[in-house]
Amino acid sequence: MAYNHFILVCGGTGCESSNADGIYNNLIAEAKAAGVLDKVQIVKTGCFGFCEKGPIVKVLPEDSFYVEVKPEDAKEIINEQIVKGREVPRLLYNKEKRSTESVEEIQFYQKQLRIVLRNCGVINPENIEEYIARDGYLALEKALFEMTPQQIVDEVKLSGLRGRGGAGFPTGMKWEAGLKAPGDVKYVVCNADEGDPGAYMDRSTIEGDPHSVIESMIICGKTIGAHKGFVYIRAEYPLAVDRLKIALQQARDNGLLGNNILGSGFDFDIEIRLGAGAFVCGEETALLRSIEGSRGMPTPKPPFPAQAGLWGKPTIINNVETWANIPVILTKGANWFNKIGTADSKGTKVFALTGKVQNSGLVEVPMGTTLREIIFEIGGGIKGGKKFKGVQTGGPSGGIITEESLDTPIDFGALTKLGSMMGSGGMIVMDEDDCVIDVSKFYMEFCVDESCGKCSPCRIGTRQIYALLDKISKGNGTMEDLDKMKEIGFAMQKSSLCALGQSAPNPTLSTIRKFENEYIAHIKDHKCASGKCKHLVQFVINDKCIGCGACARKCPATCITGEKKSKHLIDQAKCLKCGECFKTCKFGAIDKI
Amino acid sequence: MAKMSLEDLRKLRGATQSEIKKRETEGKTVQVIVGMGTCGIAAGAKDTLDAFVKELNEKGMGGDVIIRQTGCMGLCQNEPTVEVVMKDMPNIIYGRVDAKVAKQIVEKHIMKKELLNEQILDRPAGDILKK
Repeated sequence: MAYNHFILVCGGTGCESSNADGIYNNLIAEAKAAGVLDKVQIVKTGCFGFCEKGPIVKVLPEDSFYVEVKPEDAKEIINEQIVKGREVPRLLYNKEKRSTESVEEIQFYQKQLRIVLRNCGVINPENIEEYIARDGYLALEKALFEMTPQQIVDEVKLSGLRGRGGAGFPTGMKWEAGLKAPGDVKYVVCNADEGDPGAYMDRSTIEGDPHSVIESMIICGKTIGAHKGFVYIRAEYPLAVDRLKIALQQARDNGLLGNNILGSGFDFDIEIRLGAGAFVCGEETALLRSIEGSRGMPTPKPPFPAQAGLWGKPTIINNVETWANIPVILTKGANWFNKIGTADSKGTKVFALTGKVQNSGLVEVPMGTTLREIIFEIGGGIKGGKKFKGVQTGGPSGGIITEESLDTPIDFGALTKLGSMMGSGGMIVMDEDDCVIDVSKFYMEFCVDESCGKCSPCRIGTRQIYALLDKISKGNGTMEDLDKMKEIGFAMQKSSLCALGQSAPNPTLSTIRKFENEYIAHIKDHKCASGKCKHLVQFVINDKCIGCGACARKCPATCITGEKKSKHLIDQAKCLKCGECFKTCKFGAIDKI
Repeated sequence: MAKMSLEDLRKLRGATQSEIKKRETEGKTVQVIVGMGTCGIAAGAKDTLDAFVKELNEKGMGGDVIIRQTGCMGLCQNEPTVEVVMKDMPNIIYGRVDAKVAKQIVEKHIMKKELLNEQILDRPAGDILKK
């Protein structure tokens, strides 16, 4: 017995709540009634967003994509499509174009566009032949045999590609500077020192498609006249390092790295340098110092690395994601690439969607997609039906973006205007249970740890702002502290040596701007609405207490006292606010206020 | 392996592409593709992979099924993810595949051509570079 049709009913939380179960049951009942239960299998699937148009039903092999389906529609789907083989146009997502067109063409799926991640999840990253079969090293052929260095630079410039590491510097201009810089020794560097908490697109790219980075580094070497490349990757990414090593060896074995690549007479090889996990080493000048064997600390720019980088030689340094775009630009052409995205930023951006969102994962969308589309359609909205509070883009260097800006099409310029930044593409979603002071404190603590200490605005500024945030979170803040934080933050932005210090105050400053009321509540009312700031929470025993003593036995500070079978009391002065008593009590006798 | 010239590279590309095409059109083999990024492995993809190998060997199907690994598909919430590609069946991505589900995939999807309920995910994106 083999089925000739499959009906997929979305069983995600979103669709489930709009009665996907009813549809599922009705479909089975109708199939039974029509006597086709042996021809069609009806299954429930997980959700990948698009909940706004749910419940969704998909019929295979036709790939009919039905939206906003009601349980009553089950009969029509079974009778028309399964019995008679006709689609139900009324329910199709794309009504104009009656579609046996593939689901890939439906607009929602187009919201994601995979250029950087084109091979991730498709090829075996440990097999060079699979990469080659998907037009791998085709761009290298072009670069080695058909194009002059100037033509390659012009193509990259025309594509409008901007650096994906965070700052968004035009890649073509960087390469041109590298090409024009005098000297016979030059270097190519890949920045794979991904340090933002919550960002992992570079790791996934190298793990899933290491050859795309290798290929474009060779292309860049050919362009600027470099013969040596380095990949600076953090030691915390063991799998990515392993896959990269395998890929490098396979490329060497096949004559794609080493002397006389593909018989072109061009020599190039790549070495791996492991980073020890310092956030500052993601800053390009600090990274170059680290490769040289010095302490990873930034140096003032200019001179830019393209003029004087590794060991004072012209060096092109790009981020993993930037590199992964290059082969596609050369094979499909700059004019294909620059049609994607916005006027300000071309192409796509990969985001690591994490936090309080239904579907956390890696998302690649064209520039100009709105945050609402990413979080609510692709990401499936907020977990557990809670209320959206904000989204932190750019990790510890970015800012919080709130509800009213969710419909802004995002690109480098738009995010900067919103007081955040693209950063490497981490996107942490927060809901009503998150406290902005707690979050700002977390990021500032991270920056205190990661500041290299070379320049005082960053070294001292991060520590001072952290101290003030800590004070506010403990209920000891004053209104003057807010002004002080703004003042220190402004000074850091203007006078720090590198982007780490310049951007470290961003989370704090943006939350003060967007959630001043929450700061004021902490300062004046000593209240933390979400209960995240432990010191502002009190645990109090109410009259439901039966005096069982369970909480007192659990309390690590032994601050709960009372007679057996009578109401107990928490000594607030000794209480650690650990919440153990709250968790232990079976009678709801402890209030968290 | 000997170093390739430009000609060799083109030949290899053509050969692998037609090999894949042959596999697809003749549909002789079943492909089980396991997402083995850090996210997948952390969620237990290695056990999943082992379970497939064990299960297929026990059923005497080791020769008919290619088990491949790949990187992150982007569906990190639902790791470990497994894609099953075979003739007469739509390409399906399964999420949260542990050893038990792996066994069911072999028994139901591969042997009986039935889909597994509540385990299927939709594709994250159209693959724009697909020809």
